[in-house]
Amino acid sequence: MLWQAEIKEKPGIFDAVGEGVKKDILDLGIKTVREVSFIQVYIIEGDIDESVAKKICEELLVDKITQAYSLKPTVTNEKDSHTIEIAYNPGVMDPVEESALKGIRDMGFGGVSSFRTAKKYLIRGRLSAAQLKTISEKLLYNKLIQHVVRVSSASAATHLAADYNFKLITVDLLNASDRQLEKISKDGQLFLNLAEMRQIKKYFKGLRRNPTDCELETIAQTWSEHCVHKTFRGKIEYKEGAQTKKINNLLKSTIMKVTRELKKPWCVSVFHDNSGVIRFDDKYNICFKVETHNHPSALEPFGGANTGVGGVIRDILGTGLAAKPLLNTDIFCFGRPDHPFSKLPAGTLHPKRVAKGVVAGVRDYGNKMGIPTVNGAVLFDEGFVGNPLVYCGTLGIMPKEKSFKKVETGDLVVVVGGRTGRDGIHGATFSSGELTHKSEEVSSGSVQIGNPITEKKVLDTLITARDKNLYRAITDCGAGGLSSAVGEMGVELGAKVDLEKVPLKYLGLSYTEIWISESQERMVLAVPKENIVALLKVFKDENAEATVIGEFTATGRLELFYAGNRVCDLSMDFMHNGLPETTKKAAWKSPKFKEPSLKAAKDLRQGLKNILSHFDVCSKEWIIRQYDHEVQGGSVIKPLMGANNDGPSDAAVVRPLLYSKKGIAVSCGINFKFGSIDPYWMAASCIDEALRQIVAVGGTIDKIALLDNFCWGNPDKPDRLGSLVRAAYGCYDTAKGFSVPFVSGKDSLNNEYNVKGKSTAIPGTLLISAFGVVEDTAKTISMDLKDPRDLIYVVGMTYDELGGSHYFDTLGFVGNNVPKVAPRQAREIFKRLSLVTDKGLVRAMHDCSEGGIGVALAEMSFAGGWGVDLFLAEVPYKAANRKNIRNDCVLFSESNSRFIVEVERKKQKEFEDTLKGVPLGLAGCASEKKEFRVFGLDNRLCVKCPISELKEAWQKPLKW
Amino acid sequence: MKPKVLILRTAGTNCDKETAFAFEASGADVELLHINALTADKKRLSDFQILAIPGGFSYGDDIAAGKILANELKYKLQDELKNFIQDGKLIIGICNGYQILVKAGILPGNSAFRQEVTLSLNDSAKFEDRWVYLKRAGKCVWTKDLPEIIYLPVAHGEGKFIARDKTALDRLIQNGQVVFQYCNKNGELAGYPDNPNGSEMNIAGITDETGRIFGLMPHPERHFVDLQDPRSGQKEKKGVPPDGAMIFRNGVEYVKKSL
Repeated sequence: MLWQAEIKEKPGIFDAVGEGVKKDILDLGIKTVREVSFIQVYIIEGDIDESVAKKICEELLVDKITQAYSLKPTVTNEKDSHTIEIAYNPGVMDPVEESALKGIRDMGFGGVSSFRTAKKYLIRGRLSAAQLKTISEKLLYNKLIQHVVRVSSASAATHLAADYNFKLITVDLLNASDRQLEKISKDGQLFLNLAEMRQIKKYFKGLRRNPTDCELETIAQTWSEHCVHKTFRGKIEYKEGAQTKKINNLLKSTIMKVTRELKKPWCVSVFHDNSGVIRFDDKYNICFKVETHNHPSALEPFGGANTGVGGVIRDILGTGLAAKPLLNTDIFCFGRPDHPFSKLPAGTLHPKRVAKGVVAGVRDYGNKMGIPTVNGAVLFDEGFVGNPLVYCGTLGIMPKEKSFKKVETGDLVVVVGGRTGRDGIHGATFSSGELTHKSEEVSSGSVQIGNPITEKKVLDTLITARDKNLYRAITDCGAGGLSSAVGEMGVELGAKVDLEKVPLKYLGLSYTEIWISESQERMVLAVPKENIVALLKVFKDENAEATVIGEFTATGRLELFYAGNRVCDLSMDFMHNGLPETTKKAAWKSPKFKEPSLKAAKDLRQGLKNILSHFDVCSKEWIIRQYDHEVQGGSVIKPLMGANNDGPSDAAVVRPLLYSKKGIAVSCGINFKFGSIDPYWMAASCIDEALRQIVAVGGTIDKIALLDNFCWGNPDKPDRLGSLVRAAYGCYDTAKGFSVPFVSGKDSLNNEYNVKGKSTAIPGTLLISAFGVVEDTAKTISMDLKDPRDLIYVVGMTYDELGGSHYFDTLGFVGNNVPKVAPRQAREIFKRLSLVTDKGLVRAMHDCSEGGIGVALAEMSFAGGWGVDLFLAEVPYKAANRKNIRNDCVLFSESNSRFIVEVERKKQKEFEDTLKGVPLGLAGCASEKKEFRVFGLDNRLCVKCPISELKEAWQKPLKW
Repeated sequence: MKPKVLILRTAGTNCDKETAFAFEASGADVELLHINALTADKKRLSDFQILAIPGGFSYGDDIAAGKILANELKYKLQDELKNFIQDGKLIIGICNGYQILVKAGILPGNSAFRQEVTLSLNDSAKFEDRWVYLKRAGKCVWTKDLPEIIYLPVAHGEGKFIARDKTALDRLIQNGQVVFQYCNKNGELAGYPDNPNGSEMNIAGITDETGRIFGLMPHPERHFVDLQDPRSGQKEKKGVPPDGAMIFRNGVEYVKKSL
């Protein structure tokens, strides 16, 4: 029997969901909508009669105070009244089902076999069919995971295909021509090139048999760019100007080289495990990883970001013997939210919808996992319309003796957490190709939504099992699913898996689908046989699933069986060392942008306001507030600080151990605008920015480690790869100069969007994340001005570096003179500033980034609620070009390694003495008057503006 | 004897560790117990003097925040909970814990465990994390001697307080069962964002008729030490305990004196 319950707010109760949808419809430009009511639909299937269905509704599904229900579908015959019902596609996990079934069981009712949800919108207003279609498609559903219910949900088919009948499938490679090999790769979405296909053919020729489909898929995943990073680890011929350089393994010759040369004793595990590990104190280590989930987020923003967060959390759970996640970071690059609908490339979602969906996805997963999201950045540019960037980071902590793993022969292969379904097939290979308008059709299987509560159960139980020493090794199921996880863990030994033992979400999966599915929330453990009973009990006690699916062997082979039939038998050596080496070509040529010839404006008030309202600069409060940034109780420097908790903090500071004042600082640096001029200086600037944010909150750079995340276009195109190589060199030189090591990183290449055969790459974008230890969090400082009697210093040298600046951007220029970094001098500034904060001489500090001194000081001013007088003639300034001795250059240049510091008058001398030799200008003072005043190089006023007006300009653009 | 606190957890609970820390640092013995362990051995509840249901997303907030665990408590532990309350013991529900107490009918409280009030979707229709000022009212053992206005963070998507009807609302106010109201810096009842979710009468926390069962949306465990207070850099320390710390101390001290 099927029961369809519809639940809506009682008359007089505010329908917040309906109101929200109405606002979004109006935002689409459809002004005739009068009212939207939201109706929650539940479809209950099972052997229950009406009285039981009613009891379930009344006791479990309906809030009797505010809601009413009906077991009959709402039909509307009113004029100008429309209903749209949205349900999940078959096979897409409905996260509510498991909890609802539990609730029904708790009430003592057996017999309910399935529970599904749908959403119904009752829209009033004169709307055409076309407008209703627009509303549905642009706001209410994503066809990859949902559909509009045409007939009543209750009568729609609920079950997927029936049982699976085993049939071994082989692929004829031995007789395949080169053309056929390429076709096999393309048709199977394997993303293997011809050289790789030939290598595979050769291997099987040696075995005198054809591969099974499962074997071919396993190799494709193991060799995918996503899993093996062929570009970074392969050979590159790099051309810059007249010089050509041969690079053997870019990663080892730049990023990893810094770490190797610096030999920091507190680096525990670098570039090896699922995240980079450093020492926290004598008992604990901390680890950090940042991942990207760009392609899935382009197609289904909520699900893509949701599973992106879930995935990077599992990286932390899979580090060492499992670390406990402490905090999340998120950094996004979207198209501009005011992008015209009419100019969207085919197959892309509007940037505002992508942004809202991604934020909701991060919020849902991070909040439900109980992990505070404490740091991030959001940037907007045309270049990200077809291919947004979604970086998700997680930092964790573990006892130091739990930092390493080792699988032994005879250990059992145990899969824990979520069940395996048909979702996420081909994610690893899909992300290794370019996006096209067809991606949504071809790769819909690779889009999923997550279930954070399943992962939370895994987290809780896993830490218990870890502390009881019940397993020897662990890794996460990420891209490539079991294939990649088991393959990785068994690489030195061998593994045998019985695929029919893997718990499934529904029947009908083939052995290959089980093996390569990227279903979320799964981890793989290596468990000594003698511990298996105790281990399974830990999971069972808290309703988490754990299942033995195989054994690690000593054969050096990956052997898979389905109900006793051998479906895969590959040598680990071939899988992990058989990939043919390739040489890619790279070339870098410095671009020339138009240099603006600006007349110095007398009044820079509007200029300042324009930069404050720039999408990259403006307040991200609408986003930040949706994340729980206080959970776990450790946050000290929060993302929003100040008199009204609405000023933008620099680094975040969190205390992992509630009884201790010792903390962790986390920050990020990202600036693709600099990269469009010169990726080398983009890399240098990103590192400088990440480090100076930590200095700005009172941290030091002594025990700071870096992560790199390269998001670039197709590396087979020499210009894309050339710019990437140049950025990698920037990373090496700068990090070495600062004496700060890299400990982990990740690259996401092929970020291109293909329209009608023409491919456009995203702006090559490097994200640098920094993390490290803060000895005493009681000495940290926030960025808001504290006292109207205090002095204001500008520390660090300002140059006429306006190339790639936000000031130029607001005027429609890029420019060429990109900010540089002199790491050794910068390091000295950072160290001395750490000294003055340690001595307690600083009231507030903020680093100068987007918008330079003008924006940094304005933010400090309105965050603290005090006015400011700034004298540009006192700012340490050097111009390469005499024409640039101008107020706007000083105020808005984005030179690196600079800070604004608030100092109490009585501490002036000690402050100046401690900073002797560092470029320093006593450039102003705070004031009681709530006014922001800047006196130009000629000492005449060039900005005079109430701080409330600046704050308004800064808060307005993204107040959605 | 130290007072014994049971911190109840289940799938999706996530403020259990910091709540445990707050009780421990206030002088209690704390045990974190999964609901499965408690329903398997129901009489264990009587070993404790305080039951704390911490924040989080029990069962993912599926159906409605707190609903599934509330249902479980009602159907599986009703008798044990009634005995616990009758013995004069204390219960505190924070955020999701408060949602659970309300939806199980334990707050504002009647012998039938019938739901009288609810916490529904914020007017902004989204989860929000922000610090709020709260004005103290009513009589509750947990809020004894607290300053008139305190400062705590909220972090929730479903915290809008709605009573069954005007009579029910008036009764709560008259009985002194309204313990906290959202207000502005000056202690005046104000609209969004001071009232972050649109609660009726700005109600942020309530107690039962005895003053021993307490539920609130804001998180006292997130203002348990000065370092958690975002204002800590802005003003001189006053030498008084942080606002949230007083709440835990009150609970623990009550048990020491009265149970």
